[in-house]
Amino acid sequence: MSETAAKLGPPAGILAELTHRCPLGCPYCSNPLKLEAREDELDTRAWQRVFTQGAAIGVLQVHLSGGEPAARPDLAQIVAHCAKKGLYTNLITSGIGLTQARVNELAEAGLDHVQLSIQDSEPASSDAIAGYAGAFARKEAAAEWVERAGLPLTVNAVIHRANISRASKMVELAVKLGARRVEVAHTQYYGWAMLNRAALMPSLEEAQAAIAEVEALKEKLSGVIVIDHVVPDYHASFPKPCMGGWAKSIINITPSGKALPCHAAEVIPDLVFWNVRDHALEDIWRNSPAFNAFRGVEWMREPCRSCPRKAIDFGGCRCQAFALTGNASEADPVCHLSPHHAKVAQIAQQTGVHPAPAYRYRTMKTREPVG
Amino acid sequence: MTGAGAIAGGSKPRLPRGVRLKYDNARGEWLLLAPERILKADAIAVEILKRCDGRATVAEIAAELAALYSADRARVEADIEALLSQLAAKRMVDL
Repeated sequence: MSETAAKLGPPAGILAELTHRCPLGCPYCSNPLKLEAREDELDTRAWQRVFTQGAAIGVLQVHLSGGEPAARPDLAQIVAHCAKKGLYTNLITSGIGLTQARVNELAEAGLDHVQLSIQDSEPASSDAIAGYAGAFARKEAAAEWVERAGLPLTVNAVIHRANISRASKMVELAVKLGARRVEVAHTQYYGWAMLNRAALMPSLEEAQAAIAEVEALKEKLSGVIVIDHVVPDYHASFPKPCMGGWAKSIINITPSGKALPCHAAEVIPDLVFWNVRDHALEDIWRNSPAFNAFRGVEWMREPCRSCPRKAIDFGGCRCQAFALTGNASEADPVCHLSPHHAKVAQIAQQTGVHPAPAYRYRTMKTREPVG
Repeated sequence: MTGAGAIAGGSKPRLPRGVRLKYDNARGEWLLLAPERILKADAIAVEILKRCDGRATVAEIAAELAALYSADRARVEADIEALLSQLAAKRMVDL
């Protein structure tokens, strides 16, 4: 066993993609382009087994995500099982598929927290971004049911070209919806967002204005709402400490049971992912080839290897390094020390082209063979 | 920003739903679990947070802990206020 593996602590969280089915078509969806089909999804018992194993090895929080997790009829059963095992449950939802009765059922099952996505502060634009008429109104209703059920609410707002001028309005909407916390996340370009990058990426000026507005609100709304602000990394000089380090705290499980060190990890070729159908969670955490591929600092090349920041940002994001340089062991080219940094600067300069291209909405249908 | 000393002695602090104090066997430590957050709770914080049940006042918690640890009550009260104002700014405690 390597030194890294010997010192490995338990995973803090499981991000469980219960399904890839979702009624919305957001063009920046963090799911992979190749979405998994309903018939391949883990059943209730398989998910319950995963959470039992997780609790036993020290997992603390379970993020029930998707797709839209409310598309699973067994959602409350899964929540109840997690609660029984002492796991903290966080539902990450679009709100579509929830009803007041269902929210109450989830609250009674022991759900700890709800994170609701919003697409914009204006209904028409919101529905256009989601590709779903009436989505905005249903989200407003969902937020009210969550509040009435006594559940704490976080609002998640992904920022991009179509809504960036209303970044602060979206924070105000989160306050109005009763959220204690709001995540304002500038789009990260993976999967569907990478496919739609030209349609989504704002100009540098727009990004800077939005960042300044939201930072000012942090201070102004202290004690009212907590603002977690994820700034766009294409405009940064240092990379983000992606996932807090590869395979350091989170296990992502896809609907069919594949265990990934992060939700985008499948874009990196030649990584071997183990499935929870074949391996116990502890075995995956310790021994899965994909989890060990970029764990620690041994895999690093220059400029990361000798960098004093290597234990701060872990060389940035492996998926982004691969996407922009063709090699997942390179430094994340967002870093100004990367020999590929000019590419990022070049992409950031190309933004703000008018008119914006049309969205390629996230959909399962066009990517699956018929029959 | 809520500063230390801004909490009234009569306030009855409570951990809201979605914030849980938990002893974690795997790590051998007390943790405060909150939305997208896990904070380590030291021994003093644990004793304070265990008593934040929405019924006991800050003054009562301070008196109890001061007696329990034979500590200066004003000092205990300052510790409580520092912890709770920090958590209140994160919306992790209701005052």
